[in-house]
Amino acid sequence: MILVIDLCYREDSLSREEFVAPIERFLRKSGREFDVRHYKALSATDIAAADGAILCGTVLMDTGFAERLDLFCWLLEFDRPVLGISSGMRALAAAFGAGAEPGCGIGMTEVEVLASDPLFAGKERFSAYEVRGCAVGVPDGFTVLAASEDCVQAIRHHSLPLYGLLFHPEVRNEWLIERFLGLVDQRP
Amino acid sequence: MRLGVLFSGGKDSAFACWKAMQKEEVVCLITIVSRNPESYMFHTPNIRFAALQARSAGLPLLEMETEGEEETELLDLRHALLSARERFGIDGVVTGAILSVYQATRLQRICYELGLWCFNPLWLADQEGYMEELLDAGFRVVITGVFASPFDESWLGREIDRRTLDELRMIARKDRITLTGEGGEFETFVIDAPFFSRRIVIEEGSRVYRNHNGVLRIERARLVGR
Repeated sequence: MILVIDLCYREDSLSREEFVAPIERFLRKSGREFDVRHYKALSATDIAAADGAILCGTVLMDTGFAERLDLFCWLLEFDRPVLGISSGMRALAAAFGAGAEPGCGIGMTEVEVLASDPLFAGKERFSAYEVRGCAVGVPDGFTVLAASEDCVQAIRHHSLPLYGLLFHPEVRNEWLIERFLGLVDQRP
Repeated sequence: MRLGVLFSGGKDSAFACWKAMQKEEVVCLITIVSRNPESYMFHTPNIRFAALQARSAGLPLLEMETEGEEETELLDLRHALLSARERFGIDGVVTGAILSVYQATRLQRICYELGLWCFNPLWLADQEGYMEELLDAGFRVVITGVFASPFDESWLGREIDRRTLDELRMIARKDRITLTGEGGEFETFVIDAPFFSRRIVIEEGSRVYRNHNGVLRIERARLVGR
């Protein structure tokens, strides 16, 4: 079961349609079993039942989750695949001690792959859609996988399948979500 | 949260408006009227009749004109949003963008600069699901512009009902158009919606059509009780 985590300003918000629903539709289309939880309503049971987790993005002005980063500490103990998208990347990085950095990005950007990883295998460069009000620092113990001219765009924990993407793979790069799901499948 | 809806009179902005009304407070509609029929961002057919829709919705309409040149168009949009904030106290903006990175991006930037939230509730919507939901909700939508093969003049003025939707599905499969018209293949005008107190009757329209490109220009329309 994939745990989809809604980081929006409120449960059942208007922006859920934009940032969570596309992920749900992709998972449904892929025949995946999933549950959606708002980050403020996440339980230990939800986390235990998850084979992998996807932390969704938020509207540019929506940074409420960043004031409740304590609610993402469970990620420190989670050893199954995680995909943090945009704000989700920020939450993941914050759990491991990295903060936000200046740098707004709105629109298409060119992403260059910098390190070998199953998520980006066979790709050197691709266009990606970003909607972000800041960049995200790289926490200790994480590797930079890809970057744009402006900033780091993808990171991964050095030994666990915990990934952060600053851009939105659901917009032009669904293949990435597919590959992430492949990693979930490879788990014993 | 108080929201203004970037409104064109077509089905996408109307549906986005309805979605927004279910979650937040919609306090005004914002319409950008372009003098340039080749506007980069803003639809032109029948935009003036958004006023009739606004009246039926019981919402104030903020209408802003633009010359329709690319860069000044963005400045005009910025002015419109500032004006909406001053007059109606909006905290954010809603659009009917579905797939257009171009449309979404430009608005996102302006909203961010102005400290406004930006919502795109139709973003990446499944086309089938969206069209079904639109009809199920009670929206009545008329095709008022066609801009791609194989659409001909007979499509102008047609209401999108279940039969028309079936035809659009066949065309979408065969001709690779988008079912929703988001690719610019056709434009629509909403004549009834769940948030309208009265529906719109188009009493007089003129057609201009040539080579799979045409518009139904509404000349006269009025509100009637349901």
